[in-house]
Amino acid sequence: MNPVNYLYLAALLFTVGAAGVLIRRNAIVLFMCIELMLNACNLAFVTFSRMHGNLDGQVIAFFTMVVAAAEVVIGLAIIVTIFRSRHSASVDDSGLLKL
Amino acid sequence: MSHAASVHSLWTLAADAPKKIPGPHIEYAQLAPVLIVLGAALLGVLVEAFLPRRARYHAQVLLTVVGLAAAFASVVALAVGGYAHDKAHVAAMGAVAVDGPALFLQGTVLLVGLVAVFTFAERRLDPAVQGRPVDSFAAQAGAVPGGDAEQRAVMAGFVTTEVFPVLLFAIGGMLVFPAANDLLTLFVALEVFSLPLYVLCALARRQRLLSQEAAVKYFLLGAFSSAFLLFGVALLYGYAGTVTYAGIADVVSGNVQTPGPALADTMGNDALLLVGGAMVLMGLLFKVGAVPFHMWTPDVYQGAPTPVTGFMAAATKVAAFGALLRLLYVVLPGMRWDWRPVMWGVAIVTMLVGAIVAVTQTDVKRLLAYSSIAHAGFILAGVIAVSPAGVSSVLFYLAAYSFVTLGAFAVVTLVRDAGGEATHLSKWAGLGRRSPLVAAVFAVFLLAFAGIPLTSGFAGKFAVFKAAAQGGAAPLVIIGVLSSAIAAFFYIRVIVLMFFSEPKADGPTVAVPSPVTSVAIALGVIVTVVLGVAPQYFLDLAGQAAVFAR
Repeated sequence: MNPVNYLYLAALLFTVGAAGVLIRRNAIVLFMCIELMLNACNLAFVTFSRMHGNLDGQVIAFFTMVVAAAEVVIGLAIIVTIFRSRHSASVDDSGLLKL
Repeated sequence: MSHAASVHSLWTLAADAPKKIPGPHIEYAQLAPVLIVLGAALLGVLVEAFLPRRARYHAQVLLTVVGLAAAFASVVALAVGGYAHDKAHVAAMGAVAVDGPALFLQGTVLLVGLVAVFTFAERRLDPAVQGRPVDSFAAQAGAVPGGDAEQRAVMAGFVTTEVFPVLLFAIGGMLVFPAANDLLTLFVALEVFSLPLYVLCALARRQRLLSQEAAVKYFLLGAFSSAFLLFGVALLYGYAGTVTYAGIADVVSGNVQTPGPALADTMGNDALLLVGGAMVLMGLLFKVGAVPFHMWTPDVYQGAPTPVTGFMAAATKVAAFGALLRLLYVVLPGMRWDWRPVMWGVAIVTMLVGAIVAVTQTDVKRLLAYSSIAHAGFILAGVIAVSPAGVSSVLFYLAAYSFVTLGAFAVVTLVRDAGGEATHLSKWAGLGRRSPLVAAVFAVFLLAFAGIPLTSGFAGKFAVFKAAAQGGAAPLVIIGVLSSAIAAFFYIRVIVLMFFSEPKADGPTVAVPSPVTSVAIALGVIVTVVLGVAPQYFLDLAGQAAVFAR
């Protein structure tokens, strides 16, 4: 199969993730959408790696996974903290900081 | 399929004997600043784990200060050793550049970090709990605000000394960020300095809900923008088949003599280059807080603990502009006809939006946040110059601006009432009568922000606008001067408010800080005045440092 198709899939996944971040209101769902975007990046890296015939892209995919894991640790900690103090993870409820 | 199989024999060599993989050649001595800071951070984690609670504060402060000072000494040693000029090169297998701009910005970040540690270590502003002094960070970050656990933690006099190693990790990332010489290092360094900052934002002792909300906003938007940056990296990798800056620059400017079939195919696809470059730029512009990626700045600056805000406002800008300069000057000079118009637009709206929206602000921290957005626009004007003068002026501006910012936020921590810091501007009325010294110091910082002569702000703005004008961006300079005038209005308004209005009866008091904050503020004033009165030495220094290694 033509590897370019995987690039289309990566772009599609990235767009779905980005649209999710903009549309959804629950912080956890937002966060999952961001993870989806990172995974779309991974797919693009691996596909380009295949097209160019070098291993850089595949190695970068591992780095991305590690970074995503670190991001999960920090992000869930912050979201859980705010959920415990507000009993809600909706980003619409966060209105203390306004102009 | 058969075509692909013949081209990529990479995965079909398993039958041969495995070749030995040569170990990478790492120049540890040249990476010493980063290694020292990250080593000190790891030691800080061990201190948290093994030292009794009472001993941690002093141990952490000592460790952090010594680590940062040692790292700064090694930056100076590298610069004196010629790595800023003739020995400038790319170390660590092409991952990290050791050259003038990198060393200059690393030195700046380290000094900023050192001064920030002083403001982090302040323990005399909040009233002591049961005889134990407390700092401006939450007693126990995980406890629910207003809950039993928090009260117990506060009564027990807990302090979050973890902030010091976390700060060191952030500084470690910021040292790599402007020196990163491939896109993967760029991304990893971005995350290494962003993740600790998200945590630091959530740790305020007072107004914890505000602080947590700021952290969530910063985290979600920051992660969103770094995902964009990463997809941009993927597209640039697809375009050039490599992530090293030099390799991409060669492909962009068409210097590749014999491209392989895959590279010849992707090289012709400008969409990959343009979209990829734009997305990487987006990620970096988010970090510098340029319009239209500035929305997080006022909220996060207001909600984060003020020492963290000061550090973040200063050091993040230094690191992110360093990375932006290197990307535009080393990777994408071949397509500057494409990115210059875009950056023109970004610089213009950034300057105007920052200056105009700041006029309507009523909170000191938000005011300084919008002012930092306007300053990002001024610095972008220097970036657009695409000349050595542009680089040196940006380097000088960053150094000057970061100390003014640190000092200004340190002053904000001193003006307090019963609820903690009194950041609403109406409470600052008449501060000059109550406490002439603090008000005068703040006025110096505001004048430097406004770019009044004899302050570092003037020297920086002059250098940046001169470089921009020489680079053919005269309209940009005119808009820059106009928005400086708008910005001067609200800085002067605060000064007038402080000195020429009656103090309110229930106004805030100015806390007497311990020597650490006094030193931080004094350093801010000294740097502001020295860089304003005698900028030439430092302009020369920045001028000598303005050549990128490739």
